[in-house]
Amino acid sequence: MRKNMVIALFSVFLLGLVASASSAAALDAFKDLNGTLDIAGGTAHIPVMKQAAQDIMVAYPDIRITVAGGGSGVGVKQVGEGLVGIGNTGRPLKDSEVAEFGLETFPFAIDGVAVAVNPANPVKELSSSQISDIYAGKITDWKELGGDAGTINVFGREDGSGTRETFTEKVLGKAELAPSVNVVSSNGAMKTAIAQDNRAIGYVGIGHLEPTIAGVIIDGMSPTQEDAANGSYKVVRNLFMNTKGKPTGLTAAFIDYIYSPEGAKIIEASGYIPLPRQ
Amino acid sequence: MRNITVPLWLRALALFIGGVLSTVFAFIAFSALEALWRSEGLHLFGAVWSPQSGRFGILPMIHASFILSLSALCCGWSLSVGCCCVLRGLGPRWLAAMLGFALRFMTSIPTVVYGFTAVFLLVPMIRDALGGSGFCWLGACVMLAIQGVPTMTLVMDEAVRAVSAETYIAAAALGMTPLQNLSRVVLPTVRPWLLSAAVLGFGRALGDTLLPTMLAGNAVQFASSPLDSMRTLTAHIGLVLSSDIGGGENLSLLVAGGLLLSGSIIASLFARRAVRGKKI
Repeated sequence: MRKNMVIALFSVFLLGLVASASSAAALDAFKDLNGTLDIAGGTAHIPVMKQAAQDIMVAYPDIRITVAGGGSGVGVKQVGEGLVGIGNTGRPLKDSEVAEFGLETFPFAIDGVAVAVNPANPVKELSSSQISDIYAGKITDWKELGGDAGTINVFGREDGSGTRETFTEKVLGKAELAPSVNVVSSNGAMKTAIAQDNRAIGYVGIGHLEPTIAGVIIDGMSPTQEDAANGSYKVVRNLFMNTKGKPTGLTAAFIDYIYSPEGAKIIEASGYIPLPRQ
Repeated sequence: MRNITVPLWLRALALFIGGVLSTVFAFIAFSALEALWRSEGLHLFGAVWSPQSGRFGILPMIHASFILSLSALCCGWSLSVGCCCVLRGLGPRWLAAMLGFALRFMTSIPTVVYGFTAVFLLVPMIRDALGGSGFCWLGACVMLAIQGVPTMTLVMDEAVRAVSAETYIAAAALGMTPLQNLSRVVLPTVRPWLLSAAVLGFGRALGDTLLPTMLAGNAVQFASSPLDSMRTLTAHIGLVLSSDIGGGENLSLLVAGGLLLSGSIIASLFARRAVRGKKI
C-alpha cells in the first residue's frame, strides 16, 4: 500500500517535471502569482479547464484552481455574484446578463453538437425536419425513418443546457418539443442512455462522440471535428469564459494561458477547435 | 424523581438551532408565497411546462411526486412489514440474522449506488421485458421502495420486538403459533408505529431527488402507465437549478420547494401524532 503511494507520488513528481519543461514559456506568467481561482459553469468546458488548471498547479504549487460544472446558467450566476472568478457558458451572454452583472466575455473554442443513435441502429442519416418531427412527437416509430420497427425513445437535455440550446437553435428551430421527451442532465448520462438502448435518439457535444454511440449525418453533413472547424457542419456553438469586469491577476493569467499555444493543444485534445483571441 | 436541570449552554444551543431552522423554513415559505404573488400570468399551477412560450406549469411534477411516492410507499411498506415478521420469529433464525445484517448494511449504501446499479440493471430489464425506454415510473418506484425498506423496517421492528418479547410466552402458553402471535397480537398492538413508519417512508420517498432524476425519465407529462416517463418536483428542482437565473423558471422552483417542505412537514406532524402518548 505504502509502496504504491510512493510510486504514485513519484510519478506525479515526474509528470510535473515533464509538464514544466514542455510548457515553461506560457506558464512563466504565473511565476509571481499565488492564491485561489474558482471556475464554474458549462460542463463542456470542464476537460479544458481541468487540464489547464493541473498544468498550472503542478508548475506552481502556491496556486489553487478549482473547476466545477453546473451548466451555463450556473456559470453566469456564480461569476455575476462574485462566487467564482471565471463563469463558463456554452452560449453568448444575454444583453440582460451583461447589463446586470457587468460581465466580460472570452470565446475560446468551437464545439459542435451531434445527433446520436445506438450503433446497432440501421438509420445513419436524417434530415433536420425529420429530427424536428421526432422531437415534436410527430414521428414515433423507427420504421417511418427506414429503421427496424419500434418506438423511438427520445432523449433531450435539461432547460438551460448549452448543448440543448445549440441543438434547438440549429436543428429544431421553432418546433415545439413533445412533453414525452426524456431529460438527462449531462453528456455522460446521455451517452449511457443511448449506448444501452437500440431505439434511443439524443444529442451530445461532438467531442463526446465515441464508438458506443453513432453520430447521425444531418442534411448530408457528417458530425466530425474537421467539418465543424471548416464550417461545413452547421450545428456548432462557441465556448466562452466570462469574468466580472476586466480580469486581473491570476484570472487574467489563466485566460491568457487558455489562448496560448499550450492552451490550444489542450482544447484540441478535449475534442474542440481553438479560437484566436478577439 | 430527581429534578434534572438543563444547563444554560444547552438551552442556548437548542434555542439557537431552533432559530436557525425556523429561519430556513420561514425563508422557503416566504419565497414560495412571494413567487406565487409575482407569478401572475405565468400559469405556475398550469399543466404545460414550456419556458420558451412563457408557461411554467408544475402540475405534472406535483402529480408525479404524489403518485410516485405513494406507489413506492405501498410497495416499500408491505415489504417492510414482511421483513419485520421474518425478523421476529416467522422465519428460521439464520434467515432473520442475515436479513437483519442486510438491512443494517443497506442503510449505509449511498443512494447514488442504488441509482447507478438500477440504470445498468433494472432499466434495461424493464425496457427489454415491458417496452418503453426503461426510464419510467415503475423503475423509480421499485428503487424508491427498496431504498425505503431499511428505515421503515427498523422503526417497526423496534416496537414489534418490545411487544413480542412481552407476549411471546403468554401466546405460546395459549397454544398460539408465532405467526398467530404476530398477526393477532403484536401487529395490531403496534399499529401506531406501523403508521408512523409509513409516514416516514412517504416523507423520504417524496423528498428523494437522485433516484427519480436518474430513473424516472424526467419528461414533463402526466404519467398514466407505469412505463411512462415522469418528472418529480425534486428532480425538477435539481434539473432547473443548473439553469437560468430569474424569471418564471426560478419562481416555479420556489413554489416547488415550498410545496415539498409543506408536504414533509405535514407528513412528520402526522407521524408524531400517531405515536404521541403511546407506550410500548
